[in-house]
Amino acid sequence: MPEILTYSFMQRAFIAGIMVALICPSIGIFIVLRRLSMIGDTLSHVALAGVAAGMLGGVYPVYSALVFSVVAALGVEQLRKTYKDYAELSIAIVLSTGIGLATILISMGNANAAIFSYLFGSIALVSSKDVLVVVILSIIILVSILLLYRGLFYISFDEEAASLSGVPVKWMNIYFIILIAGTISVAMRIVGILLVSSLMVVPVAASLQIAKSFKAAWFYSVIFGLLSVIIGLTLSFYADLAPGGTIVLSAVGILVGVFIVQGLSRSITNNRSYESSWEKI
Amino acid sequence: MKTVVEAKNISFKYDVVPVLEDANLTVYEGDFMGIVGPNGSAKSTLIKLLLGLLKPQQGEIYLMDKSLQNFKEWHSIGYISQKVKGFNNSFPATVEEIVAANLYKEMGVFKFIRAKHREKIDEVLDIVGMTDYKKRLIGSLSGGQQQRIFIARTLISNPQIIFMDEPLVGVDLESEERFYRLMEKLNKDLGITLIMVSHDIGVITERTNRVACVGKRQVFVHDSKTFNNEEYIKSVYGDKIKLLHHRH
Ligand SMILES: Nc1ncnc2c1ncn2[C@@H]1O[C@H](COP(=O)(O)OP(=O)(O)OP(=O)(O)O)[C@@H](O)[C@H]1O
Ligand SMILES: [Mg+2]
Repeated sequence: MPEILTYSFMQRAFIAGIMVALICPSIGIFIVLRRLSMIGDTLSHVALAGVAAGMLGGVYPVYSALVFSVVAALGVEQLRKTYKDYAELSIAIVLSTGIGLATILISMGNANAAIFSYLFGSIALVSSKDVLVVVILSIIILVSILLLYRGLFYISFDEEAASLSGVPVKWMNIYFIILIAGTISVAMRIVGILLVSSLMVVPVAASLQIAKSFKAAWFYSVIFGLLSVIIGLTLSFYADLAPGGTIVLSAVGILVGVFIVQGLSRSITNNRSYESSWEKI
Repeated sequence: MKTVVEAKNISFKYDVVPVLEDANLTVYEGDFMGIVGPNGSAKSTLIKLLLGLLKPQQGEIYLMDKSLQNFKEWHSIGYISQKVKGFNNSFPATVEEIVAANLYKEMGVFKFIRAKHREKIDEVLDIVGMTDYKKRLIGSLSGGQQQRIFIARTLISNPQIIFMDEPLVGVDLESEERFYRLMEKLNKDLGITLIMVSHDIGVITERTNRVACVGKRQVFVHDSKTFNNEEYIKSVYGDKIKLLHHRH
């Protein structure tokens, strides 16, 4: 066993991290395709308020974050109906509420170090209870996606046609936004509230560059998410850095790598066709 | 003749301005009906009302003899919307995945594509002549090809009626001809009732058997053979307008 895995806290971090790496991009792909990239940030700021409230009230912060972000998710859905043509307005309203609330709740308490670990992620502080909650919630989220992905796929492509062919659009939209809230609460322990939405979006961005089908897009997103988490946790361990930062920067690194490989292979094929067109002459 | 679509005295407004008032429309089985009318005359709105995507403030709509509230056989209705081409061209989905999406109700709980679904996909791609493009990304096809994919997507659920909102926008003459030949196949050979919006009055009256004109918040149906262009313009624009004749 590599040295890094002999520490039980690292084992816990890897188990939780791998679960997070599976769910974040799986949810993220639908967020990106539906152009909802801001929603992750919004709900995670509300989750921060939830964490602060949990610490003040002596409730396990993952639970209070879950409650806060689910309520916020439903709020976004409701406001979206009120501001039909200004979808981003509903997001901005909830975002402002979340930050305002978080600021007040944090300044009321005095647990700044603990708040920090939720903001930027932590590996040393992941308890067995955290791991258990992360694993159970992640499995619920994964199974939900497996059951819903065809409907979500169709809604992302063409909402009207989806509804006509029997996809329960309204119900699925609500469930989807709750899944986003759940994912944030699950992922924040490892990646940190500030970076959860990056882990939802960046691996998908890399995957979209190369995917030749929806299935492939999903597959690559998850692979890139897993790689980011494994590399990020390892870096975090050896360099003693906050895991949220190392994970997300690994994801960005993978994205840059994809760009470079793509650029190279494009110039190679261009050269080839250039040469072969010369041969013909 | 069997009635398959019926709108009785429907009135509809988006906010306060009425766009349809007391309008009626009947479509018979086997019809190929064109819908024409000026921009903003409520052609798309009419189709959305018939499909239950919008609810009329007044009036009743029947599909295949059932009022919309009780209508359940949505698989037998196809719809190709006006903005279907407005999708994001980098959407990572293959032709096969897009066409399969319409099998939603037929796939089991886990929504796996089974052998019988694959056969169905091949069959409809063959009808629209796009078999070779099955694995291609939808965004990498031309507008006319994409449109044939959307027709295939509709066909996969064995529709009896297909609604199309301006399917010919941005399609060149050759593809237009191809499109009408395909429509004839669907209409005559497969017995599918077709309802389509178009701005090309000359062509649509040649190809369809009946034409519904939408204008002045009303719907008037004509037999395509006796359709009179000048009368149409009077009926939907009013008498005030002068016809501008132009020669090329
Ligand atoms: N979502 C909406 N909210 C408010 N008004 C609308 C909406 N959609 C359409 N309208 C209005 O209703 C009227 C009918 O619109 P509709 O789209 O049905 O016209 P159309 O005949 O399909 O036009 P076109 O030929 O341009 O496609 C128009 O005046 C339009 O401005
Ligand atoms: Mg229209």
